Amino acid sequence: MAEYLLVIVSAVFVNNVVFARFLGICPYLGVSKKIDTALGMGFAVTFVMTLATAITYVLYYGVLVPFNIQFMQTVMYILVIASLVQLVEIVLKKVSKSLYSALGIYLPLITTNCAILGVALIAIQDKYSLVMSVVFAFFSAIGFILAIVIFAGIREKLEDADIPAPFKNVPIGLISAAILSLAFMGFSGLVK
Amino acid sequence: MNEAINTLTRGFIKENPVTKMLLGLCPVLAVTTTAVNGLGMGLATTFVLIGSNVVISMTSKMIPDTVRIPSFVLIIATFVTIVDMLIKAFSPELNQSLGIFIPLIVVNCMILGRAEAFASRSGVWYSLLDGIGMGIGFTLALLALASIREVLGSGTIFNMPLIGENGTPMLVFALPPGAFAGLGAIIALMNALEKKRGVN
Repeated sequence: MAEYLLVIVSAVFVNNVVFARFLGICPYLGVSKKIDTALGMGFAVTFVMTLATAITYVLYYGVLVPFNIQFMQTVMYILVIASLVQLVEIVLKKVSKSLYSALGIYLPLITTNCAILGVALIAIQDKYSLVMSVVFAFFSAIGFILAIVIFAGIREKLEDADIPAPFKNVPIGLISAAILSLAFMGFSGLVK
Repeated sequence: MNEAINTLTRGFIKENPVTKMLLGLCPVLAVTTTAVNGLGMGLATTFVLIGSNVVISMTSKMIPDTVRIPSFVLIIATFVTIVDMLIKAFSPELNQSLGIFIPLIVVNCMILGRAEAFASRSGVWYSLLDGIGMGIGFTLALLALASIREVLGSGTIFNMPLIGENGTPMLVFALPPGAFAGLGAIIALMNALEKKRGVN
């Protein structure tokens, strides 16, 4: 149990996907203008990240390792993620109209979200078990939600601020992110 | 000829993929702790970009529109696998320090962006020039941020010490906050320069 707790705290705070691992920066900067859209993107990422990590894990140890073709990892993973995103989109459209309209527009963007591929690769690299990988993926996504929602809150306030012209939009966003990641570094002593 | 030069050089500064178009920021922030890493990542990405641009411009007429994106991703993934194997074979140290960001070149939105916006609707020759130009622009941005972070954060440049033994480098620049702040400052500087040139 302690082991799981350690992975959870590490995934959400200490090795936060955005602030410590630098994954998923594009959606982090792109869809963080409003808290609502940030939450929508966060839920879509959680959904796909957890599923993708579980499926790629099974395929890695079930197909790539027995046939000794681990070098195909990159090609296979990206294909799995791309088709998974399409599949999730089709299933959601049929099963839950309300969930589809909430997540729909964010799903296509997720294929090129490097956090999904990155987390799936880290799960293999760190030699987690299947259950541990799924826990790790889910809480990494929670870490992503935490980061993007805090950041969206800051950006909503920044809109009214008087910022020097060259710093408007992205530069001030990046500098706010720097201060946020400085705050997150305060967690670094929690897990060795 | 003018158009060829323009295709090649516009990626350097005017339409720089990092500072102007904000594409592929994850590797830019993650691997720029030292200038060597930044240069290695820039060159690896450039190789993939040139390869995928050329192959996609040659094959785009054969690929049906509906499976366009998956096909492009597959072509890009093939070149990434080649680069991954080459780096593992020739420079294990670089492989160690770039880590998962080598396979992550696949989802670098700059590469898919160029494939979609340029290579799929241009000739092989121009796509090659575009790949080289954008690749150089990407490498320049990485090298600029990596140099700033290495000088300020470790007190070295290309692993050569710059400060005496008594000097203390600003460690924060080697850590994640330095990456965000450094890139923010570079983009603000580019904005300011562009504005100034526009006024004159």
